[in-house]
Amino acid sequence: MALTETAALPAAPAARRAKLNVFSSVGLGAAGLLAFLLIWQAVPSLGLVNPMMLPGPLAIPAAFQSELASGMWFTAVTGSLSHYALGLVLGSLLGVALGVLTGMSRVAEDLTAWVVRVLRPIPGLAWAPFAIIWFGVTPSAAVFIITISVFWIVFFAAHGAVRAVDRDLLEVADAFGFRAAHEKLFKIYLPAALPGILVGLRTALGQAWMAVVAAEIFGVPGLGHRMIEASALLATDIVIVYMLTMAALYGLLDSLFLLGERWLLRWKA
Amino acid sequence: MESVIDIRGLGLTFERDGRRTDVLQGLDLAIPRGAFIAIVGASGVGKSTLLRVLIGLAKASAGTVSLDTQSTERQPVALVFQDSRLLPWRRVIDNVAFGLEGRGLSRAERHAKALDALGVVGLAHLARRWPHQLSGGQRQRVALARALAVEPEVLLMDEPFSALDAISRESLQDELTRIWQATGKTILFVTHDIEEATYLADRVVVLAGAPGRTVADHAIETPRPRRRNDDADAAIVADIRRHLGSGHLGGGHLGGGHLGGGRPTPFARAA
Ligand SMILES: Nc1ncnc2c1ncn2[C@@H]1O[C@H](COP(=O)(O)OP(=O)(O)OP(=O)(O)O)[C@@H](O)[C@H]1O
Ligand SMILES: [Mg+2]
Repeated sequence: MALTETAALPAAPAARRAKLNVFSSVGLGAAGLLAFLLIWQAVPSLGLVNPMMLPGPLAIPAAFQSELASGMWFTAVTGSLSHYALGLVLGSLLGVALGVLTGMSRVAEDLTAWVVRVLRPIPGLAWAPFAIIWFGVTPSAAVFIITISVFWIVFFAAHGAVRAVDRDLLEVADAFGFRAAHEKLFKIYLPAALPGILVGLRTALGQAWMAVVAAEIFGVPGLGHRMIEASALLATDIVIVYMLTMAALYGLLDSLFLLGERWLLRWKA
Repeated sequence: MESVIDIRGLGLTFERDGRRTDVLQGLDLAIPRGAFIAIVGASGVGKSTLLRVLIGLAKASAGTVSLDTQSTERQPVALVFQDSRLLPWRRVIDNVAFGLEGRGLSRAERHAKALDALGVVGLAHLARRWPHQLSGGQRQRVALARALAVEPEVLLMDEPFSALDAISRESLQDELTRIWQATGKTILFVTHDIEEATYLADRVVVLAGAPGRTVADHAIETPRPRRRNDDADAAIVADIRRHLGSGHLGGGHLGGGHLGGGRPTPFARAA
């Protein structure tokens, strides 16, 4: 019977197998997550670790509810998101602008080569002392640190992507009389470099969250600050609430970014 | 007859690692308005380089090129590259409209003109596609439409059909003839294929030598519509072969890889 079925519908088994694969991979993922949660809950419940040190997942909803009710969660999330968004936008704009400029112009590249070599190894967080001296413990200081972290990632991505633009396509612009730098920038360099620039932006999207937490540890109000406050009071369940919040926010933004990227690069095969 | 392009004593020297290579030297060529001229020559003789000079992608090191164009547009000459070189991030229609940008036309006007040009090559129905969704022949047609859209007085074509299969190539050759007859443009057509040259052109110019220059110039007077491999052209084809020193090679192709040490011909077709 199986044989006749296969002969009649040669494409069907393969399709069914693909469908099965999707179901089984989703199922496996869910099973893995469940196992993770069970082990996590078992560790404090079985007394392997003091629940104060590691609260189980069952303790989290209550902690989340109390943070929501006190309005702390909302304040922390909006605070962090505003640093994050500003730092991301500023760092990306500067990174793309300078990356494209140094990618297009030999002079600009040579001029900045040594400065880049000196400044690049300094992590964004190492700028914290200056951020606080220049801006005080203010949102601007956090934005500054995030901007620097984002800048380098996007700068190198944009620089590399522009350097890799196909010479043949640049000749097309020349052949049709578009010889000015701004014409080539908008007609060839930017669209051709966009895939590479987007890779940098997506990396920055994740990296910027690290910078957010780090920058706020110094006292700028937001998620990171609220985590430090909670840990000082040994409110570890609240710390976990914010860790998960961050993961959820990152997941959401990354998904949105992917949607936008898919649309922008819909011309790719 | 009045020349739209007049090339006198053209020379071009590449400098690489301190060594100078003369690619073209003392090249004279007058191109009458409305002519269809084919340029044949072995691989590496400088055919592409000549077109690059004419379109402004390369600078001559000697001689003069005078362009007597009537248009006030900044681009009276258009080039169809050997590989179509469509911009992958633009839909077909926007690729064709590319050269029309910066001329003070609205987007709708540019699209209308682009659609006309696409109609000429028979691809108006693919206007919304992305380049990666086209076949090689369709891509080359779009590249031709892109060049036609700017309404150039002179159309330069660099082995535009050489990468295509025989059937697409023959249909594109006939389309090009029709376009030329309908628009009266001047066409300068570079090819490896002698048969293609004598089938299409009014005149076949042979480039040869190192450095390259014109060594033969034949008028093809066979009336149109023409037949492929017409016996009337046999004497001319034989003379062109002699000038190219490729009598020992079969078929209409020059087998440039054997001759010039440049890149090999993309394919060889039995005659
Ligand atoms: N940028 C360059 N620098 C140095 N030499 C070059 C350069 N471009 C081309 N050449 C040389 O100039 C010569 C002519 O090249 P060209 O591309 O014009 O040949 P062609 O006649 O079009 O050959 P084909 O039929 O293979 O396309 C070749 O010998 C090539 O090696
Ligand atoms: Mg060539």
